[in-house]
Amino acid sequence: MSDAQKKEKSFQSGHKIIGKPLARHDAWDKVFGKTVYADDYFLPGMLYGKVLRSEYAAANILSIDTSEAEKLPGVKAVMTAKDVPNNETITRFGQTHSVGGFEGLYRILAYKKVRFRGEAVALVAAETEVIAQKALKLIKVDYKPLLGVFNPIEAKKPGAYKVGESESNVICSYKVRKDDVEKGFALSDVIVENTYRVPAQDHAYIEPESGVAWIDDDGVITIRVSTQVIEHFREVAEVLGLPHNRVRVIGTMIGGGFGGKEDITVESYLALLTWKTKRPVKLTYTREESILAHGKRHPYFMKYRTGATNDGKLMALEAELISDAGGYVYLSPWVLLYSTVGATGPYDIPYVKVDSYTVLTNNTFSSAMRGFGVPQVCFAYESQMDELALRLNLSPLEVRKKNYLKKGKAMATGRVLDRYVAFPETAEKALAALGEQSKPKSPAEKIGRGIASGMTSYGRMVFLHDTSRSYVGLDMDGSVTVRCGVQDLGGGQSSSLAQIAAEVLGVPMKDIKVYIADTALTPLAGTTTATRQLYMSGNATLKAAKEIKKNLLNKAADILEVKPESLDLQDKKVVVKEAPDQTIPLTDVIATCASDGIPLYNVAQFNAPFRELIDFKTGQGQVFPDFTFGTHAAEISVDVETGKVKVLKLVACLDVGKAINPLSVEGQLEGGTIQGLGYALMEDVVLKKGVTLTPSLSEYLIPTSLDVVDIDKVMLESGDGLGPFGAKGVGEPSVTSIAPAVVNAVCDALGIRIFDLPLTPEKIVKALKKS
Amino acid sequence: MMKRKMVNFKVNGELHEVLVESNALLVNVLREELGLTGTKYSCGTGQCGSCTVLVNGKPALSCLMLAVAVDGADIVTIEGLAKPDGSLEPVQEAFLDHSAIQCGFCTPGMVIMGRDLLNKNSNPSESEIQEHIKGTLCRCTGYTSIVRAIKSCGK
Repeated sequence: MSDAQKKEKSFQSGHKIIGKPLARHDAWDKVFGKTVYADDYFLPGMLYGKVLRSEYAAANILSIDTSEAEKLPGVKAVMTAKDVPNNETITRFGQTHSVGGFEGLYRILAYKKVRFRGEAVALVAAETEVIAQKALKLIKVDYKPLLGVFNPIEAKKPGAYKVGESESNVICSYKVRKDDVEKGFALSDVIVENTYRVPAQDHAYIEPESGVAWIDDDGVITIRVSTQVIEHFREVAEVLGLPHNRVRVIGTMIGGGFGGKEDITVESYLALLTWKTKRPVKLTYTREESILAHGKRHPYFMKYRTGATNDGKLMALEAELISDAGGYVYLSPWVLLYSTVGATGPYDIPYVKVDSYTVLTNNTFSSAMRGFGVPQVCFAYESQMDELALRLNLSPLEVRKKNYLKKGKAMATGRVLDRYVAFPETAEKALAALGEQSKPKSPAEKIGRGIASGMTSYGRMVFLHDTSRSYVGLDMDGSVTVRCGVQDLGGGQSSSLAQIAAEVLGVPMKDIKVYIADTALTPLAGTTTATRQLYMSGNATLKAAKEIKKNLLNKAADILEVKPESLDLQDKKVVVKEAPDQTIPLTDVIATCASDGIPLYNVAQFNAPFRELIDFKTGQGQVFPDFTFGTHAAEISVDVETGKVKVLKLVACLDVGKAINPLSVEGQLEGGTIQGLGYALMEDVVLKKGVTLTPSLSEYLIPTSLDVVDIDKVMLESGDGLGPFGAKGVGEPSVTSIAPAVVNAVCDALGIRIFDLPLTPEKIVKALKKS
Repeated sequence: MMKRKMVNFKVNGELHEVLVESNALLVNVLREELGLTGTKYSCGTGQCGSCTVLVNGKPALSCLMLAVAVDGADIVTIEGLAKPDGSLEPVQEAFLDHSAIQCGFCTPGMVIMGRDLLNKNSNPSESEIQEHIKGTLCRCTGYTSIVRAIKSCGK
C-alpha cells in the first residue's frame, strides 16, 4: 500500500474527488501503448526533415553551397538563413505583458557566425529519413574557425572574445542590497567563505524532440508537436511573416520535458519546410542531436560568504553568482533572477549583498530546467549552513532553526511572506523520518546523513501579468467537457482539471472529457512551466465550473422552492443539504436550464496577482506569487576505498498546500528527488572547448533503477496555497534541495566537503587523498 | 536501392508477411509498417530500453534488431499484452494502481520487462526487480513506483 493509499483510508474531508489517489485519466492509454506521441503520427505524403548543425563552437560561415544536396533525388527542400523570411527573432517574456530590458536575439538558422557547436545551419526535407541524412552530408559549409571563449569568468573580462555581435558577453546582472553587508560581517563571530561550482545538467527526457507539420484545408500551418508552450505559435508565425492566427500548434502528450521543451524546438523548422514544400513534414531529433541542440541547466560559479554570531544567528550573506548562458540568451536573464532572489534561501538575514551575472560563451546554450536557477544556489547556501553549523558546534537542524523565515517576516528582497511557512516543520519531520542511523557493513564504509531546505516559487514572475483560461461545459446527459490549452508533461496537468470539474459539478471522473493544448480550439492557458498549471489553469477551471454550478443551483432552487445555498451537486443529482434524500436528477435541471436559455457553459480567466517591476538597483520588490517550502533528508554510505556513494534513505518533506491527487503529488516528489540525486552524484554535461564529450546516454549518465531507494514522502497539507482548494505547486520544488542534502550527508560521513557537483567517486577519492 | 526481403513473423498472435529492406530495424517495421507505435524509439543505440519487445518470449531491443533477423519469430509488443477481451493484464493494472506512469514514454518497455521478470520469477524481490529493469530508463518517476507496481504482482 502506498502512502497515498494509506492516507485515503483516513480521508475525512467533504470532498468526493479532490484529494483522492486516482489513476490519471490519461494513464489507461499509456499503459496500453495507445497514446499517440509526436513521433507516432504519420500523414500520407509526409516528408522527413533534418537539421544540419555546426561542427564548430565558434566560427564564421564564409559560404554555404547547397547545390549538390538539392540535386539528390528525393530531396524536396534545402533551406539556409537566406530562405527564412524573418530569421532573427527576439526572445520575449510574457504572453500578455511585455517587459523591456531583457530581449534576447536568437536565429532560426545560423547567419555569418556560429555561436555554439550544434547550432542549426541548414534544413532539409526529403522523401525518406535516409535521403535527408545523405543530403546533409552534401551541403558544403566553408567555416573559418574562431578562437571562442568557453568559461564565463573569462568571457566576462574586458577584451574577451565576443560571442555575439554586441559589445559585451555579459547579458545582464542583478543586485540585492539589504543594509550594508560589511556591518553584518563586523557583527559576526564566525564567517565562512567558499566557492561552489555546478555543471550543466541535461533534461534527458526519454522522448526526443519531435513534431509533424502540415498545411490544413484553410491554408493554416498546423504543427503537432511535443512542447511545453503551444503559444510559440506567435513566434513561428512571425518567422514566416504570417498573421498569428495562420499558425496553429497542437500539443501532444509530452514524453518528458522538465523545461527542455519550453523554448522552441522543432516548430520553426517544421513550419518552414512544410511552407516551402506544401507537404506534411516530420522532424524528430536523434538522442545525440537532442543533447547538442537543447538548452541545459545553467552551470554556475558561486562565491558565498556567510557570517553568524556565536549563538548561530545569521548576520550577513554576500554572494557572487556567475552563470554560463552558452551561445544565445534564451531564458538566462530570468533564470538568473530566480537565482538572485533565491540566493539567501529560506533564511532571515539582516545584512545582504548579492551580485549576479549571466554571460555568453561558446558552450551549448543554457535555459530552463526544473528548478530554474534555484537548485544551484540551494546547493551553495545549504552547504554554507552546514559549514557554519560545524564551526559553531551546532547541529545542522539547530543552526537552521535559529534562522528560518517565518510567516510575516521579509525576505532579503523585502517581500513579506504572508502565508504559512513550513519551517522548521519540514526540516524536523524530514530528519525524524530518517529514523535510526544505519550501521556500516564493512570497515571501508562510512555512513552520513544530511538535510537541506529550500523555497521554490510556483507561478510566473508577477510582473509578467500571467493569466490562464479554461472552458467548462455540461452536456444534456450530464457529461462534462473541459477545454483548456494546458500542455501535459505527464505530471497530471490535464487530469487534475478533470478532478476539479468533477468535484464542483458532482459528476464522476468517467463523465469528464478534457481537451488540451490546441491553439485553435482550446482557450489559451499559458505555458506548462514555472510550476504554474495547477495554480493557474486549476483556478480558471474551478472558476468556470463554479459559474455553471451557480446556474444549476439557482434553477433547481426555483423548482424546489428553496434557497440555492441549501443545495449541492452530488453523484449527478441536486441534493438538499439538510435533507439528502430530497434530490432532483442533474439531467432534469440541465434540461430545464437548456429550455430556459440559461448557460450551461462558461469560459473563465484567472489572473495571477499583477505587480510592477522590482527596483533593479536594490533588488527590492515582489517577484513571485508564492513559494513551496520543503526539506530533503538523506542517509548515505561512502566506500572510502572506491569513493562510491550509495544512497540508503531519502526523505522529501514538502508543504504541498493540498494534494489534489496524492498519487500525482507523490510521483512529483519521487521523480524530482531522483532527478536531483542524479545532479548530486553523476550528471555532468562535459564540454571541451564547446565540444560535448557526453553526447549520448552511455556517456551522460542518469540514475537507473539500481541507483535509487524508496523515498519517504512526508506530504504536509497546510491548505494555504494560492491554487485551487489551497494547493501549491510541487513540480519544481521537489528537486530543489536534494543535492545539498546528499552533499551534506557525504560531508557528515567523511568530514570532507566537496564544493563542485557532481560527487563522482573520482572526486571523492581525490579529496580523501588530499586530506 | 537496398535489397528487399520478405519476412514472416507473428506479432501479438497475428501472422504478418512484410517486405522489408535488408537493413530495416524491427522497431521501424513495427511502428511504420504495422502501425504498432506503442513500441518507442528513443536513443536508437540500445541505451534506454524504450523499444523493448518480447521476441520468442525473451526481451529484445527492437532498435538494435534487424527485421530480417526475426523471420519466423513470435513477437509480443505492448499492444499485445492485454488479455484477449481487451482488459488489462496484471502488470498493466499494477502500473495504474501504483501510478507508476507519468509521461508514459518508458511505460511500454517497463511493462514488458515487468511481465518478462514475472514470467520467470513469480515473486521477485525489490532488488531482483531493480536489477531486471536497470537497462530501461525512466526520467519521470524515479523508478520507485515502478518497482512497487511490479512487486505487487508477485505471488
